[in-house]
Amino acid sequence: MTIERMTGTRIRENRMDIGLRQASLASAVGISPSYLNLIEHNRRRIGGKLLSDLARALGVDPSNLAGGADRDLLDQLHSAATLAGDMAEIGRAEELAARFPGWAALIALQARRLAVLDERIGALTDRMAHDPFLATALHDVISAVTAIRSTAAILVSQEQIDADWQRRFHENIHTDSLRLGKSSEALVAYLDAPADAAPSPDTPMGQVDAFLAQNGYHLPMIEAETATSDDVVALSGLTGVAAALLAGICRQYTADARALPMAAFAQAAQACHYDPAQLARQCDVDFATVLRRLPCLPPGAGHPPMGLAVCDAAGALLYLKPVPGFAMPATGGACPLWPLFAALSRPSQPLRAEAVLPGPAAPRLLCYAIAVPLAVHHFDLPPVLRSTMLVMPDMAQGSAAPVPVGIACRICPRADCPSRREPAIIGTATAL
Amino acid sequence: MGKRVLLIEDEPNIIEAIGFILSRDGWTVHTHQDGQTAMAKVLALPPDMIILDVMLPGRSGFEILRELRSTDVTKDIPVMMLTARGQDKDRALALRLGANHFMTKPFSNSDVRDYVRAMMDP
Repeated sequence: MTIERMTGTRIRENRMDIGLRQASLASAVGISPSYLNLIEHNRRRIGGKLLSDLARALGVDPSNLAGGADRDLLDQLHSAATLAGDMAEIGRAEELAARFPGWAALIALQARRLAVLDERIGALTDRMAHDPFLATALHDVISAVTAIRSTAAILVSQEQIDADWQRRFHENIHTDSLRLGKSSEALVAYLDAPADAAPSPDTPMGQVDAFLAQNGYHLPMIEAETATSDDVVALSGLTGVAAALLAGICRQYTADARALPMAAFAQAAQACHYDPAQLARQCDVDFATVLRRLPCLPPGAGHPPMGLAVCDAAGALLYLKPVPGFAMPATGGACPLWPLFAALSRPSQPLRAEAVLPGPAAPRLLCYAIAVPLAVHHFDLPPVLRSTMLVMPDMAQGSAAPVPVGIACRICPRADCPSRREPAIIGTATAL
Repeated sequence: MGKRVLLIEDEPNIIEAIGFILSRDGWTVHTHQDGQTAMAKVLALPPDMIILDVMLPGRSGFEILRELRSTDVTKDIPVMMLTARGQDKDRALALRLGANHFMTKPFSNSDVRDYVRAMMDP
């Protein structure tokens, strides 16, 4: 059913609203009732004078009858319908938009709002997950609760416990409850403190990140060469700056996919335990290409999780693929100790280092990085450098002392770090 | 002498409580509080089963688990991970690294006891 044909439905509804019979309306505009019936059931197109006459007879403006639903609105309704699985009658979206334009616009607006809120929740969740103060505070609370629960359960059990043990367990509960009180107070104070606003999901880079994350940072259409960068950008629905950023990322992806076709590369990567140096030698490509290519291995195919960060000579992040255990602030202010930045001072030198974020259970992250100059030929200008860092949370060997990195100074508890550029914003949790 | 359980955990009162219930259940409980030296303790015993906390000073439980599974003497020792974080990714990581079981704090004493029994008397 096309959009234009919904005019008939509107005529019928308006007629019924005022209790006018089909024959009467047909007669008022000088057509046969059977022809009006065809129009009302959207089987005849209508416009021009007849539409104006019908509108006049119905006492409405012709624009209320003519025209169909806006294509954008329909797209948004379709997209909103996907949130509900197969609950919504997707095939009747046009009818909904034509008959109840206000409600349809409201559904579309709410779906957009939900998407924005989802992204904000995602950003806040990330922040909570990577905030070492919070992690330490919560760990402390849960440890105290665990000890109290376990000890109390022993005391209330039916089994005989001798007096010494009983006294000891009572003391333990007492000390744990004091600790729990202190930790809870500090936690409340911390959560009450003003925190940085969540990164806006509406930034162009945020939109590109969201699109890439939705696709698992793997673009099968480019891998199979069935789509160009422009096709992917068009499919993403991104426009303006976000579209330009995505196009640049897709062009690099295309070049990398051609240099290292996925099937053979995935096999080789698995065979050499994802060692990028060995892969670069074996596949005869440069190290940076391998670093970019490894995190594009298809998700869910049994490959270890791998993150990627790319920055320019000023350290501004151009690309970030986070993985559990690894994150960087996309909007600047990243910890300068990451090998990503160390590589900038040693162009063309591949680096391998293990890094560890603050926090008692932070896993070591195996990092490979290299900064390479792009082929831009200007004599009196500094080279255009791109630094690329691959992060593998599951592959650290623990052989050497790790680089003590952080997310950002503002939320880093490493008080005596010589690289600190500003104090941490919250000090409450350090007392925990 | 019961079979040996090594409890690697840094909270003294949790150690005391778990130690008590497992000892009372007939197991010989050894404890260790530091992540950095935990492997040496494991190799010195080695235990019949390990209860391993994720958040340890010096070295995380995940790293210790990785080394346990890549060391011949320890690769088959049953390991139950304890964590304060119940996120799926932690559970997935623990299982990927070879943990036999994953228990989220706060846990019930009977769950710990039942699981240790199941592991030791299969």
